[in-house]
Amino acid sequence: MAGLRALGVLSRITVRHRYTLFSDSTRRGFSVASSLMARTHVNYEVKGDVAVVRINDPTSKVNTLSVHMQKEMAEVLGEVWSNDAVKSAVLISSKPGCFIAGADINMIQACKSAEEVTYISQEGQKMFEKIEKSPKPIVAAINGSCLGGGLEFAIACQYRVATKSKKTVLGTPEVLLGLLPAAGGTQRLPKMVGLPSAFDMTLTGRNIRADKAKKMGLVHQLVDTLGPGLKGPEERTMEYLEEVAIECARGIVNKKIPLTKEKGMMQKVQDYVMSFPFVRNQIYNTVQKKVMKQTKGLYPAPLNIIDCVKSGVEQGSDAGYLAESQNFGKLAMTTESKALIGLYHGQVACKKNRFGVPEKEVKTLAILGAGLMGAGIAQVTVDKGIHTIMKDTTLEGLNRGHQQVYKGLNDKTKKKSITSFERDTTLSNLTGQLDYSGFQNADMVIEAVFEDIAIKHKVIKEVEAVIPPHCIFASNTSALPIKDIAAASKRPEKVIGMHYFSPVDKMQLLEIITTDKTSKDTTASAVAVGLKQGKIIIVVGDGPGFYTTRCLAPMLAEAVRVLQEGVDPKKLDSLTTGFGFPVGAATLADEVGIDVAAHVAEDLGKAFGPRLGGGNPELLKTMVEKGFKGRKTGKGCYVYQPGLKSKEVNMELNDILESFKLTPNPAVSSDSDVQYRLVSRFVNEAVMCLQEGILANPVEGDIGAVFGLGFPPCLGGPFRFVDTFGADKLVEKMRRFEDVYGNQFTPCPLLLDHAKDPSKKFHK
Amino acid sequence: MATMLLKSFRSNLVNFRAYQFALITTCLVLLTAKSKKTLAKPGVKNVVLVEGVRTPFLQSGTTYADLMPHDLARAALQGLLHRTGFPKEAVDYIVYGTVIQEVKTSNVAREAALGAGFSDRTPAHTVTMACISSNQAMTTAVGLIAAGQCDAVVAGGVEFMSDVPIRHSRKMRKTMLSLNKAKTLGARLSLLGSIRLAHLSPELPAVAEFSTAETMGHSADRLAAAFGVSRQEQDEFALRSHTLAKKAQDEGLLSDIVGFKVPGKDIVSKDNGIRPSTMEQMAKLKPAFVKPHGTVTAANSSYLTDGASAVLIMSEEKALAMGYKPKAYLRDFVYVSQDPKDQLLLGPTYATPKVLERSGLTLADIDVFEFHEAFAGQILANLKAMESDWFAQNCMGRKAKVGAPPLDKFNMWGGSLSLGHPFAATGCRLVTTVAHRLKKEGGQYGLVAACAAGGQGHAMVIEAYPQ
Repeated sequence: MAGLRALGVLSRITVRHRYTLFSDSTRRGFSVASSLMARTHVNYEVKGDVAVVRINDPTSKVNTLSVHMQKEMAEVLGEVWSNDAVKSAVLISSKPGCFIAGADINMIQACKSAEEVTYISQEGQKMFEKIEKSPKPIVAAINGSCLGGGLEFAIACQYRVATKSKKTVLGTPEVLLGLLPAAGGTQRLPKMVGLPSAFDMTLTGRNIRADKAKKMGLVHQLVDTLGPGLKGPEERTMEYLEEVAIECARGIVNKKIPLTKEKGMMQKVQDYVMSFPFVRNQIYNTVQKKVMKQTKGLYPAPLNIIDCVKSGVEQGSDAGYLAESQNFGKLAMTTESKALIGLYHGQVACKKNRFGVPEKEVKTLAILGAGLMGAGIAQVTVDKGIHTIMKDTTLEGLNRGHQQVYKGLNDKTKKKSITSFERDTTLSNLTGQLDYSGFQNADMVIEAVFEDIAIKHKVIKEVEAVIPPHCIFASNTSALPIKDIAAASKRPEKVIGMHYFSPVDKMQLLEIITTDKTSKDTTASAVAVGLKQGKIIIVVGDGPGFYTTRCLAPMLAEAVRVLQEGVDPKKLDSLTTGFGFPVGAATLADEVGIDVAAHVAEDLGKAFGPRLGGGNPELLKTMVEKGFKGRKTGKGCYVYQPGLKSKEVNMELNDILESFKLTPNPAVSSDSDVQYRLVSRFVNEAVMCLQEGILANPVEGDIGAVFGLGFPPCLGGPFRFVDTFGADKLVEKMRRFEDVYGNQFTPCPLLLDHAKDPSKKFHK
Repeated sequence: MATMLLKSFRSNLVNFRAYQFALITTCLVLLTAKSKKTLAKPGVKNVVLVEGVRTPFLQSGTTYADLMPHDLARAALQGLLHRTGFPKEAVDYIVYGTVIQEVKTSNVAREAALGAGFSDRTPAHTVTMACISSNQAMTTAVGLIAAGQCDAVVAGGVEFMSDVPIRHSRKMRKTMLSLNKAKTLGARLSLLGSIRLAHLSPELPAVAEFSTAETMGHSADRLAAAFGVSRQEQDEFALRSHTLAKKAQDEGLLSDIVGFKVPGKDIVSKDNGIRPSTMEQMAKLKPAFVKPHGTVTAANSSYLTDGASAVLIMSEEKALAMGYKPKAYLRDFVYVSQDPKDQLLLGPTYATPKVLERSGLTLADIDVFEFHEAFAGQILANLKAMESDWFAQNCMGRKAKVGAPPLDKFNMWGGSLSLGHPFAATGCRLVTTVAHRLKKEGGQYGLVAACAAGGQGHAMVIEAYPQ
């Protein structure tokens, strides 16, 4: 289903954070490791009077602060401190792309109680306190990701040097996992970067690039990345970083480099202002309000973070550290955190190609249709070094599409994430055209033309006349069954569905649909292209509406009924967002397009019968006839005015609603009932997709719902929701609704199985 | 038909003559002490350097400060005419290089030629290729001669850093251009009223690479770091350059300089940037680009310089026919380009093996090396790269390293670090210096190599003209 806006917090949870799991082999590894054996994760060598401590987890691509790592680190630091020949130390990773990516999540997940987790936090706090009070200065030399516990480690050191590499990012992403920085992060950051920045970092979990970190005062010195010299660029850059860090360490010992920076005028003013409790309280209140507004109180972690920072600043560090460790323990036990961690793991899983390496890499990708979707696909493709052909039927369409791609890249230029030169060279990979020239070199064609089976058939025939035999034909349809489209193909094994979500550059999900004729290599190739485009991928079976559209359709049908029952769009939105959806149902319908929704409702209605019904489909049709097609036409449930962010309810809609008015049944019309009517239909349909084999597993179901449709991330997706909420309770509610509305609320057999046997869970 | 026949007959004749000359030169070369082969190629005209001159290179903002670029170019052109006594009307063509263009004299070649009293019937054009602009001017001349289009071409380059075009901001320019078109007083006033403080901030000429937005000094510092070139090595090399330049100046070896009477000031006859210092003094300087741990400083970089150079390039037969004794043959040359970010200044590393291969020579055959010294760190990085098998294999796709030039043959009369580096004038200085050094040192082959902004490079093999 096309048309979701950025989904708040959730869009920021990305795999870039690289929290990693410990594989089983590692666990075995450290149970065997004894103090007598050589250290495997942390080592050091003494260069002159500087100890260079190197971190390297041999079992993983990234370093994590595991129990094992911490134990070895403590040993090494003990030796450094007791060695009189050593005057200072440099802490560096042996992995070019990663300093320390965070704490080991499994270590926390393995804990059974809040007390255990609190203990872990306190151990971390103690270790970093020792580092902070180290008699010998320690310089953290950072290249690659320095996140979570890694950042807390770094800011406990006396000095930080970071490379300007694009891979170097600093941040505290714990909040995205429903946790908080629990090894002194909430205590040291406010002192280091000031209250506002500390809140920004800890509450958003955003990644901070090295140059920004320098400006904020998070790192002291930056080091350039180097090109090839007498060694490879990465290797030499790491050596250079180490050399500079060693010089810094010596400089600190020789008092050539001061550890306390002279404060600038602005800083002095800011400190003075902050010295008033009144001002600080104002900040706490503002931040608290903002968090409440954004999370609707559904996420406990941000509130706990504010609490920890406040305790530390107002009541001293002892209280702060205590609050930090205790809140951390509590958070780790919350369902929200478990849901978010589940999503994180799911995301990692959906960033892998389980279909193997495709025979032929896609180097030229042709896109049919330069509309919102077509151009969006071009935008995420062209900057990955793939030659992209964008074909449309009219010059106007092509022009609009080209402008969209340009604008996407130009916005990045404005944000300085790429240079104008990079923008131009990237654009040189894009060919816009009206004919099929060059299609003989295409390795994959993605069609994003109008959703009409006749047009799709015409297009597939035209394309197959010009493309080479190996070329894959992918359809970006949101509801038409792929096998129906493939019916017109001479080579159905090369036909596949690639369902992108709008706006393509913001929405992370890609739903890939295979028919029983689609070859494995075709699937592998589609997944490979999607991964290159930076997508999180679920691969589902064919059928009307596949997985995502099929789940959304009954919920929207129910939303229409709710509107008919006299709930106005604003109220409907607040009910859905109050449940945790980032976008309200009415707004969502407008974003998707009322015409698209009507179209899909009709198609799926035909396929599934009245079970998928709800509100009167004529309501949507009437809206379309009146031109209320949603945001794109300026009017839908709301009125959209260019340049205005706030939107008003479309008053003309009232007359239509009046003519379709239904009398609500008070037994199932409380706010909570309305919420569950919407959600239960969504969830039931998702479970049915699993039951029917459309979904391969519940993990992909959760990921698809959260990242494609905005299912509340705090609930972790429909399947985790059933596990946590209880299938029996959900069935009970549905039975109540069933009594009023009939089979639209009949729980599916799989859901009933789970309701009967509470030990059955979708997620182990 | 008849004319065609005649033409082919004539060109055969020419070829025959060229062949004769080649024979003669071979015999002559055999007579010299070093009995290496000549690089003359059958069917290719011999192109020779007849003379090369330059104005003194001065630090920008000194004695030349009030001139204009074409004034310097004029001085070099006049100096060339004066030194050679060459009849102006015999010059077929003039090519000049420049990097930072004075907008009033965008074809500075033509303005300078006219001002220097060259015939107004001699066409002139200007080329630009960053620090190898005058190399490009010279090779353009070589091409014109080799193709039989010209017999005598003047090439050169000029750079004037004492005054560079500083523009109004784009906003201001737009307003001013609209003002031209505004018809009514009201329209004009409203345009003038739209001028804000932001309009007034000027636009300085970019000192940064356009594609990467990195300044050259910054790139040089990274390059030095990539090859592990230390601050001390760089300072030592810079000191060497200044010491050798001073020695050459004192011994009167820099004979390519022609004096220049600056209006209202004294006659300038010496470069003014040669300042041998001490290692201690140099060590005191702070890094200029990468702070605080960088290694490139003001002392180990070339500085902003004003200056112009000019050479007379001819076909050998014409030069001899007109009674000139050429200084050297200009033989094979190459242009190379590579990654403008991480290998911005590695042109010589890429160009050297390529040009040697074209000539069928090895590094050991070369008697005189003149490399453009943009930064001490850049030269040392290039030397290390040329000495590295890893670099040759992994970055250049070659089987093995070409080897680094021995320092006792390398830039023995100073280089851009000490003599100065007027961007577009340096190329001619390098070529003329090679010719003079070959003669002085009795060598046969010389090699010029230079890097340039944009990640480009150039190298040329020069063969001594038989004594």
